[in-house]
Amino acid sequence: MEDSSPKDIKLYAEEYLIAPPDKFSLNLKELWAYRELFYYFTWRDIKVKYKQTVLGFLWVILQPVLMMLLFTVIFGNALKVNSDGIPYPVFVYSGLLLWGVFSSGLSNASNSMVSHANIIKKIYFPRLVIPMSSILAALFDFFVAFLVYIVILIIFQQPVDLLRILIFLPASILLTVITTFGLGCLFAAFNVKYRDFRYIVPFLLQFLLFVNPVIYSTSIFKAEWMQYLIAFNPMAGAINMSRFAFLDSPIRWDLLAISVASAFLWFFIGIYVFRKMEAYFADIA
Amino acid sequence: MKPVLEINNISKEYRINQGAQAYLSLRDSVTSFFTGKKIAKNQFWALRDVQFNILPGESIGVIGRNGSGKSTLLKILSKITFPSKGYIRARGRVASLLEVGTGFHMELTGRENIFLNGAILGLTKKEIVERFDDIVAFSGVEAFLDTPLKHYSNGMALRLAFAVAAHLDPEILLIDEVLAVGDEAFQKKCIGKMDEVSKSGKTILFVSHNMNAVQQLCKRTIVLDQGQVKFDGPTKEAIQFYLENSNSWQSDNLQDRKDRKGGKKFKFTKIACFGDDISKAVRVFRSGQNIRVQLHYTHQFTEKVPITLALDFQKSGNQHLMSCRNAVVGQQLFLEPNKNAYFECHIPRLPLTPGRYYFNLTAYFNEKIIDRIHDVGYIDVSFGDYYGSGTLPPRYAGVCIDYQWK
Repeated sequence: MEDSSPKDIKLYAEEYLIAPPDKFSLNLKELWAYRELFYYFTWRDIKVKYKQTVLGFLWVILQPVLMMLLFTVIFGNALKVNSDGIPYPVFVYSGLLLWGVFSSGLSNASNSMVSHANIIKKIYFPRLVIPMSSILAALFDFFVAFLVYIVILIIFQQPVDLLRILIFLPASILLTVITTFGLGCLFAAFNVKYRDFRYIVPFLLQFLLFVNPVIYSTSIFKAEWMQYLIAFNPMAGAINMSRFAFLDSPIRWDLLAISVASAFLWFFIGIYVFRKMEAYFADIA
Repeated sequence: MKPVLEINNISKEYRINQGAQAYLSLRDSVTSFFTGKKIAKNQFWALRDVQFNILPGESIGVIGRNGSGKSTLLKILSKITFPSKGYIRARGRVASLLEVGTGFHMELTGRENIFLNGAILGLTKKEIVERFDDIVAFSGVEAFLDTPLKHYSNGMALRLAFAVAAHLDPEILLIDEVLAVGDEAFQKKCIGKMDEVSKSGKTILFVSHNMNAVQQLCKRTIVLDQGQVKFDGPTKEAIQFYLENSNSWQSDNLQDRKDRKGGKKFKFTKIACFGDDISKAVRVFRSGQNIRVQLHYTHQFTEKVPITLALDFQKSGNQHLMSCRNAVVGQQLFLEPNKNAYFECHIPRLPLTPGRYYFNLTAYFNEKIIDRIHDVGYIDVSFGDYYGSGTLPPRYAGVCIDYQWK
């Protein structure tokens, strides 16, 4: 064939190329061009989620509050789990907040590519929009549930340090989003190829709830190596950081650094795998 | 003038996993990793070295049988999937309409869906707001704008979807058979709108089975067959070429089919369909065209015996439409001893509407089945002037019948 390979082609302005995928690129420029689509997908997910439910938005509040009550009765009162001297309802609710973002974000994101298969096969847009916006929808629930948290803090007359909140609350949310996004993209991509992940993810989430310091404090582990092991789980870092922001819960900075590093690792692995497989989603979805 | 789309030697390879699923189970991958056995894969080329240019303002039709690569070509042009080889150089914003109403959500209202669908199709919020009134007026569903889509009739949802799509305003518009849906009035409206778009200097690539629409919209047409460009030229000649040439049928061999009932004393061996030209078997027909179906057989009867044959036409989805039996029309067929030949069923003015039809064959002797095979070969029927009136029968009618209005 006399034609040159696509790599050698010079493009003029306003031109673009459709060719076999070769090198990895994040293509942020394109993502930015489609920024409104993030908004629309997120808006749709939020809007549709509680349509035709009697309680509507109340569900966003009811879910964590009921979980809080359940855990308080079992782990707080009956089993007397160590909560670093903080009233157990406050302690467990603070954990459930970020855990909610992670668990609903991850399960939405993992299913997102498959549930959008009909769109993926018909229209082109940067595919990252889909898992990303399903996580943004989960973040919306967080902000509603957060209002209840403020009420709980007032009821239990928990003293807070405003400066610490302003620094560490956004940081802990960011850490959660990065973690959720990395794992969400990873599972979303795998789910397109291997539908086994439909079953793996719910199980994994159930499992992870008990590995994370949601219902207990990491300080219950006495062995040093256990502390390090737990820190590799970025959500442990995020939850501990958010507790540190509001409550006088101790925090270890070296362990937090490990969590942050691990979050970024998952983030890059997730995006890399997603981008690599993206070109073939329409063929195999 | 520089072409808006330069399509350079595009090829697309698909790998089909053994079994019906496109996706794998993890178990399969894991076992193949440990046992070293490769998962059996069939590969086939949906497109091979497709090459052509499109100049600004051109309206180009793409026609070809089902499976000829038309849709794959559109998917590559709209970046939904990538070519395996070759490249396309594009100049200008491409919008593709492979389906109307992509991303519509049943729980959202008409108004909300206009915004959502517009955004998915690549419009900015500002653009949607600007065009909102035109879209609503075009769709004719003003009264239901704040009703959830699930309460819309199919027709209303479709009109709304097309209204959004019709206001995209890209430099290059790719359209795939969106006109195959909806009633006749709606189809006319769609073609009218597309005609308007093409006259305004936009470039259109139109993939369709509807020869009339292609003829109306496109000056130049490309014929695809088995992933290759077989013809590229004026639409009239392209349609002529398509109906005559890319339509040859190597008759389906039934000799070795195992999924049959009977087949010992009597066996169907081959099926082929012909139009008026009996020298060449074909697979594509137009409604209203004469068709003859040839059934070859072998048998082991030692004396002359009468048999009954049934040739059933079945639409995909197991919908039986017609059954041609010699006994019903009072005709007798005989098998001559030691003579293997064929029977022919003549159907004047094929009354089927566009679609793909499969055959089921059954042979009876003494009211017992002596051979039966399902899904033997198929024909593709395209739009045709069945009534000779210059107006095409609607697609949703299952079959055409003769009737009179007084």
